[in-house]
Amino acid sequence: MIHVEHLHKWYGNREVLHDINLHVSEGEIFGVVGHSGAGKSTLLRCMNGLESYQQGKVTAMGVDVASLSGTSLRKLQSSMGMIFQNFNLMARKNVFENVAFPMRLWGAPNIKERVNELLELVGLAKRAMQRVQNLSGGQKQRVGIARALALNPRVLLCDEATSALDPKTTMSILDLLDDINRNLKLTIVMVTHQMEVVKRLCHSLLMLDRGKTVASGVTEELFLSPTKEMSKMVTDEYTLLKSGTNIRLMFPRDISQQSIITHMARSLDIDFSIVGGKLERYLDDVFGFLIINVPDAHKDAVLGYLENHHLYWQVLDNEEAGSCMRR
Amino acid sequence: MHETIIHLGAWAEPLWTRFLEKLPEILQATWETLDMVFLSTVFSMFFGFILAIWMIVTNPLGLRPCPAVYRVLDFVVNLLRSFPFIILLIAIIPITRFIVGTSIGSAAAIVPLTVAAAPFVARLIETCFLEVDRGVIEAARSFGASNTQIIFRVLIPEALPSIVLNVAVVAITLLGYSAMAGTVGGGGLGDLAVRYGYNRFQVDIMVYAVIILCILVLLIQGVCNLLYKVLR
Repeated sequence: MIHVEHLHKWYGNREVLHDINLHVSEGEIFGVVGHSGAGKSTLLRCMNGLESYQQGKVTAMGVDVASLSGTSLRKLQSSMGMIFQNFNLMARKNVFENVAFPMRLWGAPNIKERVNELLELVGLAKRAMQRVQNLSGGQKQRVGIARALALNPRVLLCDEATSALDPKTTMSILDLLDDINRNLKLTIVMVTHQMEVVKRLCHSLLMLDRGKTVASGVTEELFLSPTKEMSKMVTDEYTLLKSGTNIRLMFPRDISQQSIITHMARSLDIDFSIVGGKLERYLDDVFGFLIINVPDAHKDAVLGYLENHHLYWQVLDNEEAGSCMRR
Repeated sequence: MHETIIHLGAWAEPLWTRFLEKLPEILQATWETLDMVFLSTVFSMFFGFILAIWMIVTNPLGLRPCPAVYRVLDFVVNLLRSFPFIILLIAIIPITRFIVGTSIGSAAAIVPLTVAAAPFVARLIETCFLEVDRGVIEAARSFGASNTQIIFRVLIPEALPSIVLNVAVVAITLLGYSAMAGTVGGGGLGDLAVRYGYNRFQVDIMVYAVIILCILVLLIQGVCNLLYKVLR
């Protein structure tokens, strides 16, 4: 659907994107993650021609984006919807007019029916005549989504779509995007700095840091066996104990069923403390995470046990979280 | 007590007769002022608007950046705005004569008023355009809007409320300028106030002129504020 090869972009002397390669398949949700200033939004804008680039090639729906200009570029843009962090709605207009806007630009037929259908889809049918100013953040983003879908795009580009929203609203917007992806078979490219968003929604992802690719691949695999650079970006918010060895354990569903941890304690006859743990949702799966602290004396025995039972584990340093990862 | 009132009445009587006597002239001057201010506001808004759109399009961060053109426009606007109005008034008399055929009267005053106000309007409206959320413009672009569509369907509608507020600023400034135009035979309330109040020491006539000017300012501002509230 979207293909990026060896993309480079400079602002003056500063290279903002360095040799980016990615492939977004039809119907998938693709995530681009990184801290602010990593170049993610710029990368997104290269995909629909809002930004130009100096080197490399971006192909969207089979056409080379850089080769287009004028009407042909506008035509491509109309087949790619976009939503924004700050919603970018016209504050003076009501919900209906905002959603109808792209259709009026292109002189689309049956505006009334189509807008009402879209508002129904995003759950704002009753607010069609309300002014956008008076809506909450979540509702504004729903208007943004409805507007982005107005021209029946094949791709939806999301630029930090949930970054200005509270966690609960974020979840409801993500659910909506998930629905849209499934029901309308719409390809979605999400740019975000929120790891939670990526884990919850993205099938595959590209991780950026200061314009360079840190990691890319299928979401689940990347989080279960992160590279060293990636673990630096994906740190746990737990304070690790200074003494002993901190080990991060990961339980995919099949392993979660077994009582591995208590079994290990009994069979090795050792004690260890639990630093923290949580359940994380990856797409439709739930993974368990547990960080335990083992006295140095028992370290080898524990690691040996983990090795034999084919668990995902990772030894954490206090200085540098995550030095190695094995199954 | 009684005597004071009679005394005051005796003092007020000549004022009253003089007011009645000069009323036609005051009304005539008010009409001339309204005429000058209205027409010069309309013309300067028209030319200023075109200039502002030209500047926002060629702005280095604009819709179709063209820094060279922008720099020229920017310079011309600054240059015209730095002329003291009274100098401009006299300096462009040949142009005025060319356009209206005379350099005297309120019709002739409209030309320098427009020339003085148009760059001012251009700057004000340019600021209104610059204040339009860049995100909204980007959103329009992401749906494939052309530059013309962005100007007429995003920029102008979104900037409209603040442009209306600035109409009040322009009209009131022109009201002040029109008083100066009076000194070169443009007529109007400012002219009246200077002729009677300053040259003939008839302070009462000057006071009437000032009161009417005050009411006009309040009216212009009030109407524009109301419009702003409706549009916003």
